[in-house]
Amino acid sequence: MPELLEVKNLKTQFFTRDGVVHAVDDVSFELAAGETLGLVGESGCGKSVTALSLMRLIPSPPGKIVQGSIMFDGQDVLKMDEDDVRAIRGNNVAMIFQDPMTSLNPVLTISRQVSEALELHLKMDKAEAKKRTIELLELVGIPSAKKRADDYPHQFSGGMRQRVMIAMALSCNPKLILADEPTTALDVTIQAQILDLLKNLAQEFRTAFILITHDLGVVAGMTQRIHVMYGGHIVEKADTGELFANPKMPYTWGLLRSIPRLDESRKAKLLPIEGLPPDLIAPPPGCRFEPRCQYRREICGTTPPELKRIPNAKTDHEARCWGTQEGGWLVNVDWRKDTGSAKELEAIKQLVAELPIEATRADASGEPPPPPPNA
Amino acid sequence: MATATRPMSSADTVLQLNVLSRKQRSLWRDAWHRLSRNKMAMLGLGIIVTMSLIAVFADRIAPYDPTSYFTDNGKRAPTLFEPVWGNPQYVDPRYLLGTDGIGRDILSRLVYSLRISMIVGFVPVSIIFVLGVTVGMLAGYIGGWVDDLLMRLTDVIYAFPDLLFLILLMATLRGTGVGDLLGGLLLLFVGIAVVNWVGMARLMRGQVLSLKEKEFVEAARSIGAKPGRIMFRHIFPNALAPLIVAVAFGVPGAILAEATLGYLGIGIKPPTATLGVMINDGFAVFSATPWPLLLPSFMVAIVLLSFTFLGDGLRDALDPRMKI
Repeated sequence: MPELLEVKNLKTQFFTRDGVVHAVDDVSFELAAGETLGLVGESGCGKSVTALSLMRLIPSPPGKIVQGSIMFDGQDVLKMDEDDVRAIRGNNVAMIFQDPMTSLNPVLTISRQVSEALELHLKMDKAEAKKRTIELLELVGIPSAKKRADDYPHQFSGGMRQRVMIAMALSCNPKLILADEPTTALDVTIQAQILDLLKNLAQEFRTAFILITHDLGVVAGMTQRIHVMYGGHIVEKADTGELFANPKMPYTWGLLRSIPRLDESRKAKLLPIEGLPPDLIAPPPGCRFEPRCQYRREICGTTPPELKRIPNAKTDHEARCWGTQEGGWLVNVDWRKDTGSAKELEAIKQLVAELPIEATRADASGEPPPPPPNA
Repeated sequence: MATATRPMSSADTVLQLNVLSRKQRSLWRDAWHRLSRNKMAMLGLGIIVTMSLIAVFADRIAPYDPTSYFTDNGKRAPTLFEPVWGNPQYVDPRYLLGTDGIGRDILSRLVYSLRISMIVGFVPVSIIFVLGVTVGMLAGYIGGWVDDLLMRLTDVIYAFPDLLFLILLMATLRGTGVGDLLGGLLLLFVGIAVVNWVGMARLMRGQVLSLKEKEFVEAARSIGAKPGRIMFRHIFPNALAPLIVAVAFGVPGAILAEATLGYLGIGIKPPTATLGVMINDGFAVFSATPWPLLLPSFMVAIVLLSFTFLGDGLRDALDPRMKI
């Protein structure tokens, strides 16, 4: 079966005054029709930029997709002209944004906003679009949808607004939905409702979706596969079950250790990942996680590892780590028991303590950046 | 914590429905609600509506032709003020607000000049609105060299002294074919619009620059909306509130500009009655009788104050931070 989405060697960079930010660096993945994928990683690791790149919504300038291909349904999105991309957006690929409070236009009624994609792509007239809008609102569980369709966004609660966003995303029966942290702005009970709704509707319509989140707990029950991102790279790819049972990358271990578990004794401490995410203007020369890794060896600091199949795991499990790859020193390590070298941990803490405050975050925004060299 | 995970019961649903089925109120209706509670703004609005009606029906309301005169009947004091003014020698009951230096009925002239003032107030401001919004929108949304080009153009116009430009324009073009179109009104419209659209363009550009970074604009792009649609359906309505306030303050500005030019004798040509021309005429006979100067001056003041009150009220009413 041909893949619905095939991303190869995607590189998206931002050309800022301080230098070139390698936001997405050599990312490749595939997605079959109807399949669900979780993209996990901490803030600033390139998850959202990956999603925006897929729809060619990177603000340009300063952003630019410098390399790679994005085959969607047999066509390269990066080679299309603007009109063709617009015909895909909202129609074949839809997006759900993080903050439902700000992603709805405050001066337009709910029905006008949901109708917009219907009128644009399915060429419905106003009355048809309105009828369909009400059906969609009912589908996502908005009570007395007919009455509420003419309300304004400020009359809806956060969870209701996210339901409206889902209705908008589903309106044209897309083949792929990109959900960029769809529940981050909602409280926990509403999160569960929204995730359930998304999962059920995606199953019902056989829509593939990519769920982007920083919360491993969110993807656990939602997606078939998980890709972990760090510093612009995908560092681990695995089935969801496999990733939780048998993670093969020290960064993933760190993520899992920092989540509280019900089956652990009360005395067990949460172990945070020490250090700071890499500066994507000048990323570390070797493995991007090396400066924070307690299992590091010399090779990690000099040569970047590749994303490779690893021993002692399922066949489609890949990781970007010298230690867990064939012949590495971490192949047989039990990550729950062995938390790495205490000496290295001290060194990492020491390094962070010595950093000047302003160096802790390279601010990429602010002043207008110079245009990209060959835009 | 048994209650926390309780499924929603039907009672909850009914409660929720009751809360949700409140009267629908759009942002604009909210704003109108707030505006209607502002007494000064409503007074201003009332005066503006009345004045507009007077302007529209000027030919029915004015008792006399505003330009016909009787030299033997000049400098009559207003009949209305006779008890205060005293001296019946100067009062003619046929002229409620008296006559000017050459015997024209001041009331009729005021009514007709109100018509000119309202036209001069609204027409150039409409041009300003369309021009400023378009330029500001394109500069802000497209950005890059388009922004640079348009904004440098507005800078140049902004830097040129307004009154000097108007005087130069009037002085050079009055009397030529272009200058006499519509009795000189067209020239006045163009002049006022040219010097004033830059403010509107800058305001709009500022709005667009902040609005285009909003997530709902990105959401609109993500459903495949074209730039034109995003600009005018998604961004424009959000930028409207400050623009309306700017219009409310722009109208009296244009009226004042006409009065200034009329007073300097380079606006619309006499004998057409405009507030500026009337003030100019009144000034000539001020030492003999103050009415021909004072009455149009009061009129200017009232019109300007009404618009200012309304503008202030609108600014408060349209401010999203003001919640009732």
